[in-house]
Amino acid sequence: MKPNVYVYILIMAVVTYLIRMLPMVLVRKEIQNTTIKSFLYYVPYVTLSVMTFPAILSATNSVISAAAGFVVAIAAAIKGFSLFKIAIFACVTVFILEMFI
Amino acid sequence: MLKGENKFYKGMHDGMAVALGYLAVSFTLGIAARKAGLTLFQAMLASALNNTSAGEFAAFTLIGAGVSYLEVAVTTLILNMRYVLMSCALSQKADNSISTPQRLFMSHYITDEIFGLSIMSGDKLDFKYVFGIIAVSGPAWTLGTVLGALSGGIMPVSVLSAMNVALYGMFIAVIIPPAKKDKTIALLIVVSMVSSLLFSILPGLKNISSGMTIIILTVVISLAAAILFPVEDKKKKKEVVSCEA
Repeated sequence: MKPNVYVYILIMAVVTYLIRMLPMVLVRKEIQNTTIKSFLYYVPYVTLSVMTFPAILSATNSVISAAAGFVVAIAAAIKGFSLFKIAIFACVTVFILEMFI
Repeated sequence: MLKGENKFYKGMHDGMAVALGYLAVSFTLGIAARKAGLTLFQAMLASALNNTSAGEFAAFTLIGAGVSYLEVAVTTLILNMRYVLMSCALSQKADNSISTPQRLFMSHYITDEIFGLSIMSGDKLDFKYVFGIIAVSGPAWTLGTVLGALSGGIMPVSVLSAMNVALYGMFIAVIIPPAKKDKTIALLIVVSMVSSLLFSILPGLKNISSGMTIIILTVVISLAAAILFPVEDKKKKKEVVSCEA
């Protein structure tokens, strides 16, 4: 049986909403367990890193432009540019480089 | 103290920057949705019901690959687990002036950016302020996705190629600034990226789906870090501050 896209979307929506809603409505005091707190603290960094690399290298038409975009984004982030600008810098880098590749 | 109405306008004002960013990022998400085989309506529905960048992005990739419902559920759970922490933090700043229906509503909009603005807005969470942010940035997320999904056919290949890195650029923008202040996070980013690279090239490991790779590496590395480098309360406060950046 072919999976139904609407079921996928519904599953995503319900899981995501429960994650956000349950603590907001039910947990009205602070989590005390240090390991759980630490785990939750580190999760986004690990997840986003794993998702970014090496996937970014195959996101564009050429590995070279993608690698350049990756480096530019990291440099811009270290320099302290805003989220929006960092994303734009990466895009512009890829766009310009691909005119020459 | 600002009056209720002013707080709402202040929220809308602060939400403008978030909305602009959302338009650009969700635009690429719309493109990713079409690539995965979703229709325009399905892409719109997914964004309106989810409000997550990384979560939707990964889910679209998985849907395109035709994986099981369970895999989508678990990936969504793992990728969005950070909202548990944000939701807890917000809840602790919300007193009884915020009713349960209001909590049920704003929960849907706990994103990295809206959380960041809300948590930094004062000692107590003000629903009118949060509602102001949501009023401008919430629709922008869905609108951007629709525009992106519509654009697929008419945008030049070079522009699409360039826009594909926008989401990754945003992820980098989220993880790098805290890494400057916290060496543990910097180390984790390097370890995570190297592990992810190994999972994509090593025989055997590379047969594991990208969704499962994200889950396995996130749980193993985050748990190891939690045990090796437990976060002190002092550090937790720093994390809340860094979310705003």
